[in-house]
Amino acid sequence: MVKRWIEKCYVGLVLFLLYAPIAILIVCSFNASKSRRVWDGFTFQWYIELFQDEAVIGAVRTSLMLTTVAAIVAVLLGTLASIGITVMGQKTKQVFMTVTNVPMLNADVVTGIAIMLLFGRFWNLGYFSMLAAHITLGVPYVILNVMPKLQQTNVSTYEAALDLGASPVYAFFKIVLPDIMPGIFSGFLLAFTISLDDFVITYFTKGAGMNTISTMIYQQVRRGINPKMYALSTILFLLILIVLWIANRISARQVQGTRG
Amino acid sequence: MSKKPLIDLVDITKSFDDTCVLDDLNLSIKENEFLTLLGPSGCGKTTTLRILGGFVTPDKGNVIFDGEDITQVPPNKRNLNTVFQKYALFPHMNIEENIAFGLKISHKSKAYIKDKIKYALKLVNLQGYEKRMPSYLSGGQQQRIAIARAIVNEPKVLLLDEPLGALDLKLRQDMQYELIRLKNELGITFVYVTHDQEEALTMSDTVVVMNQGYIQQMGTPEDIYNEPENAFVADFIGDSNIIDGLMVRDELVEILGVKFACVDKGFGNYKPVDVVIRPEDIILGNPGEGSMDGVVSHLIFKGVHYEMEVMANGFEWLVQSTVAHAVGTPVSLRVDPFNIQIMNKPESEDEKAVTPDE
Repeated sequence: MVKRWIEKCYVGLVLFLLYAPIAILIVCSFNASKSRRVWDGFTFQWYIELFQDEAVIGAVRTSLMLTTVAAIVAVLLGTLASIGITVMGQKTKQVFMTVTNVPMLNADVVTGIAIMLLFGRFWNLGYFSMLAAHITLGVPYVILNVMPKLQQTNVSTYEAALDLGASPVYAFFKIVLPDIMPGIFSGFLLAFTISLDDFVITYFTKGAGMNTISTMIYQQVRRGINPKMYALSTILFLLILIVLWIANRISARQVQGTRG
Repeated sequence: MSKKPLIDLVDITKSFDDTCVLDDLNLSIKENEFLTLLGPSGCGKTTTLRILGGFVTPDKGNVIFDGEDITQVPPNKRNLNTVFQKYALFPHMNIEENIAFGLKISHKSKAYIKDKIKYALKLVNLQGYEKRMPSYLSGGQQQRIAIARAIVNEPKVLLLDEPLGALDLKLRQDMQYELIRLKNELGITFVYVTHDQEEALTMSDTVVVMNQGYIQQMGTPEDIYNEPENAFVADFIGDSNIIDGLMVRDELVEILGVKFACVDKGFGNYKPVDVVIRPEDIILGNPGEGSMDGVVSHLIFKGVHYEMEVMANGFEWLVQSTVAHAVGTPVSLRVDPFNIQIMNKPESEDEKAVTPDE
């Protein structure tokens, strides 16, 4: 009995430490007072101001554009790479898996500076350097999600499709793709969220005058914290929460569908 | 029933990573034939089937189908269909969509497809299953759907890759009868791959026994069982006693120091041979009544019969009989001349008998 009680307390403490800062942030975003210490009544003021701020709107637009395009390109590249790696021999496969995992484990600062140098030297820093960096960031996560799905897929279903007269391309889209779709989708969501909340790589590769949500918050915070940023952070948090919830729902349905 | 050759495999050679799987294989498959490729795992039977299906391209040799060379034709352009070992139904499509897959690709009309699905489901005894998903079907049902999906395309040849391997014994026996019925109703050629000798003997018109990339023997099930050409076939098909013998002259063979009358001729005088005697062909009697005396050393009840081991003249004879003799009982052995099968000793390393499943 006592043991159960201690267990519950421990879990509660962990959850509290994890979520208390976010809870405070959310509360502050509705606080009428600018002070972090005084509760001055409930307000939507910061949210309203947020959506009137040109810099914020611009940064949100840049972020969403960048993240969406980067995630889509990463999904295409990552899925193709996964298919290629799957049909490779055992040794080449291992080499390629290691190579593709490096950007994921590599320090963000290193990736960021490297891409900045490359583009700064041979091209201009701007939207495209930032996009390239974010695609690099996303591809390993897509591969990590798609590869296991491809390995689970029964090779003979693809062969069966060919056997029944399907061309290799038709067989891929009709038979293999639906099978690995959950992996592609979760890879997309991961690439999307990682790209959305990246700061370091974006900071080094963005062009002058460009801001994503994270770099914009950083700039604003240097001038002194405005509660608008609490509001923006809250929205960002909720957005990612929703994305994760959708991803979980889909994988749960997947598990249910393939049982039997 | 016309019996002209439909498929000819000519001098097929195939290696995977320096391992030769098929070596100069020649095989002719007739129209309307139920032909079974039988052998232990790794004998090249599945590779042969995959070459027929177009999933493997041979290093050397040609596949002639209906007079045309199809060696380089991809699987989707071949007029034959495959039933895969693990069913390979499309998991995200229901039964109807699975069966219609090939028909939709060949742009058949909706009404035609609907009729065909109905006909195919009736053929495999699964009427009313149109809207079910494959994962809700049992293994046997899934395999029948896989067969239905293949035959609606009206292939000239149906390739079956150990289709009953994953089913339990009772279901496997039922499906054997189903397959024979299907083959007779459809009147098409079946090429069947299995390592199960009972399956091969039950269903086939022709059995091709393979080992290590070579065809060991090809013939009717009766031929293969009663007249095995070498020790490998004798050992792989059913139980048998394979003993070193000496062909004294035509119709007389010496085994373990005792002369037996037999019916084989033409081996020459005093030639070493392999002798095969099936365990059910050995007749046990009282001591002194047969060709040699021995003592029962093992006794097992097998349901249909008893299986005994009898030690006689330094050889442990496998004997099957409906009458049990207790361990330690002295008995005599006798074999009718026509039940003694004489085979030449293997001449090369390749022909040497290899224990199945090695």
